[in-house]
Parts: sequence; structure tokens; C-alpha cells
Amino acid sequence: MKKVIISLIMMFGIISSTSLAGTLVINTDTSDAAPKEAFEYIIKKFEEENPDVTVKWNVFDHEGYKQSIRNFLNTDPPDVANWYAGNRMLPFVRAGLFEDVSDIWKDSGWVDGNLSENMEHAKKSMTIGGKQWGIPYTYYQWGVYYRKDLFTANGISVPTTWDDFVAACATLKAAGITPITIGSKYLWTTAGVFDYLNLRTNGYEFHMDLTLGKVPYTDPKVQAVFDKWDELVKPGYFLENHAALSWQEALTPMVNGEAAMYVMGNFAVAPLKEAGLRDSNLGFFQFPEITPGIPMAEEAPTDTVHIPSKAKNKTDAKRFLIFMSRADVQEEINKILGQLPINKNSSVKKGDPFLAAGLNMLNNAYAMAQFYDRDAPAQMASEGMKGFQEYMSNPDRRQKILERLEKVRQRVYK
Amino acid sequence: MELNNSKPKRITWWQKNQIKISPWIFLAPGLIFFFIYVIAPIFVSIGISFYQWDGLSPSIYVGLQNYIELLDDEYFYISLWNNLKWLIFFMLAVPIGLGLAIFLNQIVFGIRLIKSLFFFPFVISQVVIGLIFTWFYQPNYGVIAPFLDLIGLEGFSILANENTATYGIIFAGLYPQIAYCLILYLTGLNNINPEQIEAGRMDGAKGFNLFWNIVLPQLRHATFLAIVVTVIGALRSFDMVAIMTQGGPYGYSNVLAYYMFEQALSEYGYRMGYGSAIATVLFTIMMFYILFFIYRMYRNEREDNN
Repeated sequence: MKKVIISLIMMFGIISSTSLAGTLVINTDTSDAAPKEAFEYIIKKFEEENPDVTVKWNVFDHEGYKQSIRNFLNTDPPDVANWYAGNRMLPFVRAGLFEDVSDIWKDSGWVDGNLSENMEHAKKSMTIGGKQWGIPYTYYQWGVYYRKDLFTANGISVPTTWDDFVAACATLKAAGITPITIGSKYLWTTAGVFDYLNLRTNGYEFHMDLTLGKVPYTDPKVQAVFDKWDELVKPGYFLENHAALSWQEALTPMVNGEAAMYVMGNFAVAPLKEAGLRDSNLGFFQFPEITPGIPMAEEAPTDTVHIPSKAKNKTDAKRFLIFMSRADVQEEINKILGQLPINKNSSVKKGDPFLAAGLNMLNNAYAMAQFYDRDAPAQMASEGMKGFQEYMSNPDRRQKILERLEKVRQRVYK
Repeated sequence: MELNNSKPKRITWWQKNQIKISPWIFLAPGLIFFFIYVIAPIFVSIGISFYQWDGLSPSIYVGLQNYIELLDDEYFYISLWNNLKWLIFFMLAVPIGLGLAIFLNQIVFGIRLIKSLFFFPFVISQVVIGLIFTWFYQPNYGVIAPFLDLIGLEGFSILANENTATYGIIFAGLYPQIAYCLILYLTGLNNINPEQIEAGRMDGAKGFNLFWNIVLPQLRHATFLAIVVTVIGALRSFDMVAIMTQGGPYGYSNVLAYYMFEQALSEYGYRMGYGSAIATVLFTIMMFYILFFIYRMYRNEREDNN
């Protein structure tokens, strides 16, 4: 019995010793290969630069993390946790679980100069109630990925206007090729299409007003978005049976040359290339203009790091956040991730045409949206995306769906 | 009276009540955990259904608001309706299981192997069955795609169509459930009294008549059990839905159990109050059934004792 007690005491001793000063606990959802490698790299680098700090790093399963973070922020908070920008962090900020890090943003005294200036374009998506709640370290572009060879074979050039885009779809359809592939089983892919149609039809300000709940879903401007969507859905330009497929499964027709385009994030490039596509037959273009004269805003979901407000070692956590915001660090992380750095003094991996195109597009972007499910609150997003999927299968139910979404809006933003 | 001569027989309180108390002591561990993990959560959950709560922020009391919203929620009715479909069509497992059991209840070479092959679906995890059937249903390259082509449904996706998705899932669910009923009936058939069958035969009963009037009444207990497990299986049809469609397309294959999960615990949910309200409705439905079940058991036991 005594032995058991002693070993219990020893166990607790070991557990509590992990939370001593000088130990930095980091929780991340980087279970996929590239993000994991990126964090391995930067943690090693951080430890080299700060020999007095030992990092204890817990990797969570990417999907499971969304549940775990709600628990560990309360019960067993790490010193640093990764998450997403925009409205996605709102529940944690509102519940007082994230630390206000505005001082890091304001402080211009440290090595890399003024953060607010270097990350100006991302500051808005990190701000809630006039304060900043974390540091963004990577983002990626959305747009249209397409099969160059199919375009050439059918005499289509990259469309820059809506009419060209619809015409290209018509040509492809006539040639027996599905113009746009999509897999909507997990709903969110439909939101990418909606976001772009709204950003291009009504502009960034209206899109933000809508996702912030200031505009009813029955507004004529929302109807206008669906009028444009009708032009793609009604002639059957999207992949059939999209509701049965995940986004990865919907890549197959594109790889096989049965579908020509995919409205997607840059993360689709890796699996497409693994499946055999090359820079020679896979291309990227910006989602075409719809209403002339509206400044082009883009989708660029941002990943971030935060300090939980119950963290034990906030001093070192801040050092880590400052470290993560540095131009050279962001450059390295994003080379591994194959994504884009937020800090505008970082350079991008050479020789990747998709990153180059993305960087060029985002640097010239009027503004950046985070994606529907990060800009709109979770409950609105889930109902919204369900509605988009239903609309894509039954375009004639539009009115009913929008009325339902309006009902949800009135409840969620109360 | 001289008390000092004989040692007084002092009966302690424990000795006096031992017979009464000891069963409770043996039951205590089970009861305590049953209370903590089953009874208490029911009441906590009903309590939460009167609040608006995201699991993080302080909860706000909203009275019956969640229930009022439920009454006006299309997806709730779709889920309820799907639960009903599950109850009705899942019942097919009972007669099919019975039919297979009678078919397998013969003595030929290798019947044990054949029987165990029929049990097999019951051994496989529900998740695996769900996954495999999802692949079966896959448009264009699934196993059943060529058959759909034959009847002119080229590229038709069962799980992506709002009218067929639920039936597709129920069909997949039937696969292990039939095996379950089959096991129940096979054991039931073992206990059948051969003398009664003989007697029936002598009286001229045969074929369906023999089965309906002599065999089936003796399988009463097996039938009761098969119906019970099938109804429970239908009401908690959560895993199949989660694996195969996540309630999609756009909520049309949802059932109450999954809708509750979606509202309360999924990535976009965290409406604990609303989820609890759905749980309470589901619980009420189950309660009717459980009460009926308990009443039947009670009556049966009394009959058996008399």
C-alpha cells in the first residue's frame, strides 16, 4: 500500500513538474504530414534560439482538435494553441479563453519592426472588439483550378469575365466534359462557390455584412447571387451526384479528364499532383469578374496561434508568438506547408507557379474573406452550407431555402 | 431474572437486518454507476433543454423556447419522419431472420460452417458495414452501379438523393440486424418441443399451418426479443447515419439521434440546449416503448409464475 502511495506521489510530482517555468506547452492540430513537419521545424528552431525554454508539444488529430480545444482551454490549458482567424475564434474570445495580445501587435521595439504594418492586411481578421487575439502565420488562396489541356483542346482561353466563364462551361458541356467538379458531402465546398459569387456580384462589404448578420438572406442582392448561380446550376455545369462525394473524391473526374475546373483552395494542388497532374496540364486562375467595377476581394483562410488566458507560462508564450510572426520564420514554415506567409517581408518558395499566382493575387486583393464557415458564426454557417447544397441539387427550391436561412439568421444574430 | 448466568444473546442490528440489507450492498456498485451514468444525465439533459448554452459561455434560461423552435424546425420533422421509416422497415429484419433461421435449422454436412457464415455480418463492426455499403452505392463505380444501369438509372447515387438516402442506410443496417434476429431464432428453434410437432403432424397439420400454429407460438420469446432489439436498433440508428451520409443530402437522411449530435456536439453545433431538447423528445418516444416493454416483461413473469 505504501509503495502505491509513494508511486502515486511520484507520478503527480512528474506531472506537476511539466508545468514549471521554462517549459512551454504547445497544442496543435497539425496531424497531417506537411503541417506536422512545419511545426517540428519551427519548434526546433525556437528551442535553439531560446535555450532556456523547453517546448512540450502535443499534436492532436486535425478533426478531433475542434472538440478537444473546447475542453483543454478550460481544464488543462497549454501555453500556446493554434486555431483560425475571423469569427471562428469569436466563441473563445467571448468566453474569455484567449489572451489579448494587442501589445505584441502594437510593440514596434522588437527585432522585426512594426507588426501591424507587416501584417496590415491580416490585422482585421485578428481583431475583435478593437483588440488582437492571436498571431497569423499562414494562409492560402482560393480560386479556380483547371485542366489546361482540356481548355486548349476545346479552344477556351482563361476566362476573366462572367460571360466568358459561362461560355467556357457551355463549350465544355457540349464536348461531353463536366465543366466544374465539386464534392459537397461535407458541405463546405459549396460555400467556396457562394462566397466567390457574392464577393464578385456584391463586393466585399456586402459579403461581410451578410456573414455578420446585418443583411437578410431574402435581400434582392442575395437573390442576385443565386441568379448567377442559376446560370451554372440549371444547365448542369456542376458534377452530378456531388452530394455523395467528399472533396477528395470529386478530384477523380478532374484527374481522369472528365471534369475541367474546381473552385477550391490551394491545398487541392498536392493531391492533384500526386494523382498525376503536372504544371503543364494543371492551372490556376482568379475567379472571374461578375459585376464590373467591384474591387476584387479574395478568399484566404488564415491559420493562427493564440495564448489561452489560463496559460501558465505566458512570458515564453509571447516570445513564441513574436517568433512566429517574424518574416524569416514565416518564410520557412510556409515553404514546408506549401502555403503563403502573412508577413509581407517574407519571400515565397521559388518555382511553384500556384504559390506565385496566389501571392500575386492576394497582394493585389482589395480585401480578404476568411471563408463562409469562419466569417459567419458556426450555427449560421452550418445551416447556410446545408442550404447551398440543397439549392445545388434543387435550384427551384431557392425561395424556400432563403426564407429558412433568414429565419436562422434572426435567431443566430439575436 | 438472572442475566449473569447465561450469556445474553445480543442480536446486533446487522444480524437482524442482514438478509434485507445484503442484496442492496451487492447491488450498490451497479446502482451507483447506473445512477451516475444513466439516471442523472437524463435529468441534467432535460434541465439543459431549457437553456441556451454553447458549452463555454454562461448559460441563459430561455424556458420552452427550444421546444417552440423545434415545432417550427423542418429538419426536426424530417428526422422524426426518418425515425419512423427506420422503425417500420427495420422490422423486416425479424421475418427475414426467422425465414433464414428455419432454412438453416437442418442437419446436413457442413451446416455449422454455413451457419457461422450467416452470423458473420453481426460480428463485423457497424462502422465497417456502413463504409462498405457507401462504396457499394457509389455512383458509376460502385458494385450496384451496373445493375442501376440495367434499369436505366445510369450514374444514380442512392445516398445523394433525398428520396432514397434513408432507405439506402436502412438497407445497410438490415444486413447485421438480420443476422442478429437469425441467431435469436436459431437458439429459439433449438428449444422447440419435438413432441408437440409430432402431435401436430398426427392431427394432420403440415406446411404453413404447422409453422403458424405449432412452431411460431413456441418461438414467442425469441420473437419478443427480436422485436425489442430491432426497435432499439432502429431508434438508435446513429452510427450508420454518421458514417454513410452525416444526415445528408442537406439533412434528408437525418434521424433524431444524429440531429441531436449535429446540433449539440458537431463542428458547427454547440447548441447544447437545442440538442438536449431533441434528446428529450427522443427520450419521450423511447420511454413509451420502454414502459410497454417493462409491462410485457412483468406480465410474462407473472404468467410464468402462475
